[in-house]
Amino acid sequence: MNHVIEPALNQARNRENWGSKLGVILAVAGSAVGLGNFLRFPGLAAINGGGVFMIPYFVSLFILGIPICWVEWTMGRYGGSKGYNSAPGIFGVLWGRSCGKYFGALALLVPVVIYMYYVYIEAWCLTYALAYATGEMSNIAAQAEPGAEVAAYGEYFGGFVGTAQNGFPQSKGLIILLTVFGINFFLIFRGLTRGIETFCKFAMPLLIACALVVLVRVLTLGTPDPPQPGGSINNALGFMWNPKPIDKEGHIWSALLNPELWLSASGQIFFSLSVGFGIVLNYASYLRKDDDVVLSGLTASSTNEFCEVCLGGLITVPVAFLFLGSTGLTKEVLGSSMALGFHALPAVFMNMPGGRFFGTVWFFMLFTAAITSSLSMLQPAIAFLEEGFGMGRRLSVTCLGFIVATGSLIVVYFSKDLLALDTMDFWVGTVCIYILATVQVITVGWIFGVDRAKKEVGRGAEMRIPGVYWFIIKYISPLYLLTIFGLWCYYNLPGYIKQVQAKTPDDQGTVWFVLAFIVAVLLFFNMLVYLAGRRWHFDPDRPVEEGPP
Amino acid sequence: MKPLGWVMMIGSIGFVLALLSYCFYRVLSTPKTTEHMHAPLEIDTRDKDT
Repeated sequence: MNHVIEPALNQARNRENWGSKLGVILAVAGSAVGLGNFLRFPGLAAINGGGVFMIPYFVSLFILGIPICWVEWTMGRYGGSKGYNSAPGIFGVLWGRSCGKYFGALALLVPVVIYMYYVYIEAWCLTYALAYATGEMSNIAAQAEPGAEVAAYGEYFGGFVGTAQNGFPQSKGLIILLTVFGINFFLIFRGLTRGIETFCKFAMPLLIACALVVLVRVLTLGTPDPPQPGGSINNALGFMWNPKPIDKEGHIWSALLNPELWLSASGQIFFSLSVGFGIVLNYASYLRKDDDVVLSGLTASSTNEFCEVCLGGLITVPVAFLFLGSTGLTKEVLGSSMALGFHALPAVFMNMPGGRFFGTVWFFMLFTAAITSSLSMLQPAIAFLEEGFGMGRRLSVTCLGFIVATGSLIVVYFSKDLLALDTMDFWVGTVCIYILATVQVITVGWIFGVDRAKKEVGRGAEMRIPGVYWFIIKYISPLYLLTIFGLWCYYNLPGYIKQVQAKTPDDQGTVWFVLAFIVAVLLFFNMLVYLAGRRWHFDPDRPVEEGPP
Repeated sequence: MKPLGWVMMIGSIGFVLALLSYCFYRVLSTPKTTEHMHAPLEIDTRDKDT
C-alpha cells in the first residue's frame, strides 16, 4: 500500500457518523428548509390558482418528491456502507463500474455553485435583520412618500446590492458577507456531528419558533386599517387559499388541465425538498448500515412541508395582502422571491404594529433557514476531497473555501441586475438539478435495480414503503421528471435566450463569462474525480470495513 | 375567504400536520436499537494480526 492511499484508508476506518436519528433528520430538514419555503412557495401558489395549486402540489410530493427522497437516502446509505461518502464514490459503487463516478461530479458541482450565490442571499437576510434591529429600516420608511414604501425598499435593496452597475458593494455588505462566510466555514470545520448536527439541533427549533412568533402576529392582526374593511385577515387568507382560475376566462378547475400549473407545482416540490442537489446523498452516507432511511426520509420531508405549507403559506402572502392589498401584489411581485422578500415585505413590516421587532425576527428566521441550507452545500465537496485525496479537515476546508470564495466574488462583483446570480441559478440551480435527479432515479431504478434497492431499503426500516412506490420509482418518477424537464425547457429556454440576446454586449459578456466559469468548475471536478478514481476500485461486494481502496 | 378556500387551507395544513405528527411520533417512540452498542471486547481496535 503506498503512503498516499494510507490517509484515505485511515479516514475511512474512522468514518464520521451522525450522533442521533433526530440529529440527521433535523440536518436534512435544515438543508431542505430555506428561503424557497417562505418566499417562493407562497408567491407561486397565489399566482397559480391559490387552493387549486395544492392539488398538483401534493400529487407531485407523492410521486416525485418522496420517492426521489427515498432513492437519495438509500443510495447514500449504501455508498456509506461501502466506505464512500462522496457522490463520485457512491455513484461508482452503485454503477459497479468506473464510469459511474463521473456522474458524481455533477453532484459536487450543484451544491458548490449554488453555495456561491446562496451565501450572498444569506448575507442579505442578516443585513436586513440587523437593519431592523438598529432602526435603519424605520428611517427608510420615514423618508419615503406615503404609498411609495415598496419602491423605497426596492431602491435600498438595489443600492445595497449594486444592481445598477457591476462592482463591489458597500463595505458594510462585504463585512457581513465575510462574517456569514466565516460562520459557515467555522461550523463545517467542526465536522459533521459537532458542527452541522449540533447547529441544526438548535437552529431548526429556533427557526420554527421565530416563524411561529410572526405567524401569531399575522393571524391576530384582524383589520389593521379599519377604514378599509376589505383588508382583513379573513380576506388575506382568502387571497392565498381561495381556488381561482389562472387566466381571466378560465374556470377554477380547468386550471388543473394547464401544464404550466403542474410544472410550477412539481418544480416547487422538487426545489423545496432539495432533491437532486446531491446533499441528501452525502448526508445519508454517514448513516450506519442498519439505520432506518424510510421513516427518517419521510420525517425530514414532512418537516420541510410543515415549514412551507403551514408557516410560509399562512404568513408571507396574507401579511403582504393586509398592507399592500391585491393591487400591490402584482404577478411581478409574487413571482419573484427577491421582490416579495426584499422589497415588499420590509414595507409590510414597517406598517405593522411592532413591525421593527417582527421584521427583525422574520429576517433572522430567514437567515437561520438559509444557513442550515448553505452548510449542507459544503459537506459533499469536503467529503470528496477527504476521501479522494486523503486530505485532513483543515486542508479540505481551505481548498473548498478558495474555490467557493472565487465564485462568490464573481457573483458579488457582477451585480448589475444580479446577472451572475441569475445565470448560476438558471443553469446550475435549475437545469443541472433536473439532470442530476433524473440520473439518480435512473441509477436506482434501472442500474442498481429495484430488487436490490428493495432489499437495501428494507434493512433497518422502521416503516414499509408501499409496493406501488417501486413501480413509481422505476417508471413514473423518471418519466415524470423527463416530462417536466422537457416542458420546462419548452416554456423557459426560448424566453431565456431572447432575454439574453436583448441585453447589452457587456451584459451578454457577463453571462458568457459566468457560463464559462461553471463549465470550468465542472471540468475541474471531473479531473479531480478522475485522479481520485485511480485509487478507487468499485466492487459492490467489498465488505464495509475496507473503506475506499 | 370562501368555503372552498377554507376546505383547501384546512385540508392542506391538516394533512401536513397529521403527517408530521405521525412521523415524529414514530421517530420519538421507537426505542433506540442496541445495534451500535458493543462490549469493549467486541471493538476491533485494528491492532491485532489475526
